[in-house]
Amino acid sequence: MLIRSRSSSEPKPSEITPEAVYLRRRDFMRAGLGLGAGMLLPAMAGARASLDFSPGAYGTDEKLTPYEDVTTYNNFYELGTGKADPARNADQLRTEPWSVQVDGACARPGNYALEDFLSPWALEERVYRLRCVEGWSMVIPWIGFELNKVLSQAEPTGSARYVAFETLLDPDNLSGQRRPVLEWPYVEGLRMDEAMHPLTLLAVGLYGETLPNQNGAPLRLVVPWKYGFKSIKSIVRITFTEKEPPTAWNRAQPSEYGFYSNVNPDVAHPRWSQRTERRIGEFRRRRTLMFNGYADEVAQLYAGMDLKKHF
Amino acid sequence: MLLVGLLPAAWLAARTAGWLGGLGTNPIERLLIESGTIAMITLLSALAVTPLRRLTGMAAITRLRRMIGLLAFGYVSLHFLVWLGVDLFFDVSLILDDLTQRPYVMAGFAAWVILLLLASTSTDRAVRVLKRNWARLHRLVYAAGVLAVIHVIWLTRADYREATIYALVLLVLLGSRVVWTVAQRRKVRGEPARNGVT
Repeated sequence: MLIRSRSSSEPKPSEITPEAVYLRRRDFMRAGLGLGAGMLLPAMAGARASLDFSPGAYGTDEKLTPYEDVTTYNNFYELGTGKADPARNADQLRTEPWSVQVDGACARPGNYALEDFLSPWALEERVYRLRCVEGWSMVIPWIGFELNKVLSQAEPTGSARYVAFETLLDPDNLSGQRRPVLEWPYVEGLRMDEAMHPLTLLAVGLYGETLPNQNGAPLRLVVPWKYGFKSIKSIVRITFTEKEPPTAWNRAQPSEYGFYSNVNPDVAHPRWSQRTERRIGEFRRRRTLMFNGYADEVAQLYAGMDLKKHF
Repeated sequence: MLLVGLLPAAWLAARTAGWLGGLGTNPIERLLIESGTIAMITLLSALAVTPLRRLTGMAAITRLRRMIGLLAFGYVSLHFLVWLGVDLFFDVSLILDDLTQRPYVMAGFAAWVILLLLASTSTDRAVRVLKRNWARLHRLVYAAGVLAVIHVIWLTRADYREATIYALVLLVLLGSRVVWTVAQRRKVRGEPARNGVT
């Protein structure tokens, strides 16, 4: 018999939703979507397709944020700065053709068509909490695979200490990129051990289907223990670097957005309280958890670091 | 006119009740934003009364000044109460956190305190009792306007379009007062003003 220990962020067996109920939740979704399809048309620009995937690790039994909220309340400044703008302007993002460049300090760089980039990896579902630096949060069933698979395949050299990511630059179509709200293209980065961590996901879908454009189609990062802006959307380039790469929000406001940007209720952001958050769909604010509740999994990455300094 | 001034309240109430598209995915945040926008526009309208009167010479507008000012206080109070009671749910530690740590909250709160002071001295009786000091006291409304705009600038993450519009309107309204005051002084001293003292 297999005996496994349970970390505190995992649900107790008694909390696990019975499989029959769990499986049925998608039926509810589909029924709701059918009814709402007429009103949701802009949000559905681009082809949505079901994905083949298996249930993955690191689940949570927390109530999923409804599909409509996940796909109509977004921060994706390339498609506008209002929360509803990305869904409205979703068709500005052209995802076909799409290629991903892997380069920098690695033995096997490459430029892949999206299909080739994705084809080696089996997809799994990861239900993660997402905490935005603005003080709201969601629970989202992502579909994707661990970033470390892609990174290992590229065989990073010994000097690779960070991984940099870049979003598509297409100001002709992405109206948000025609205004200097941020420096375009959007860039993000992780330390190598963060990037290799099994929680760090490259997502291609949510709720069992391909990502809607406003959620960062066709390929995005999901780093659940960091504030949402670290989870860069619509990735076209992954680069191994020796030095800490620049990150979009840090460049815009270095005093407010650090490179690490781990969810941390004890480090105040100058404008928003980080002690609490509003889970979308709930009335009362709830306490924000250290590392967004993933401390058991990731706290050791930062052992000995002063997280007030390295915020 | 009062009915026009209460229209935004009715609109907000309807949306809170789920009509007119409701308040969306994050209703409390939306309520905060919309009540804040209404408060800002009403406050700027109150500040526009005197320049408009000087520009048009329509003395009748002045009679609206108190009402628009009180409406502004009402909407700023609504915005304040949504933050205090709905967003933070009267959680004292969270409220103190915000008030002591977040500059944009301090600026907004200070603006509300000023408007509270002005609203409570807006009666005819207060005007009589305070005499010349009443006008001096009520000049604080400029400070409230400045603080309100600073509040918006400081809470903006990256897109400063809205904040810029408010700042420009405020600049025009306050600038027109400076221009007018300088012109008045010149009139009092008598023209030409420049050839007096050696």
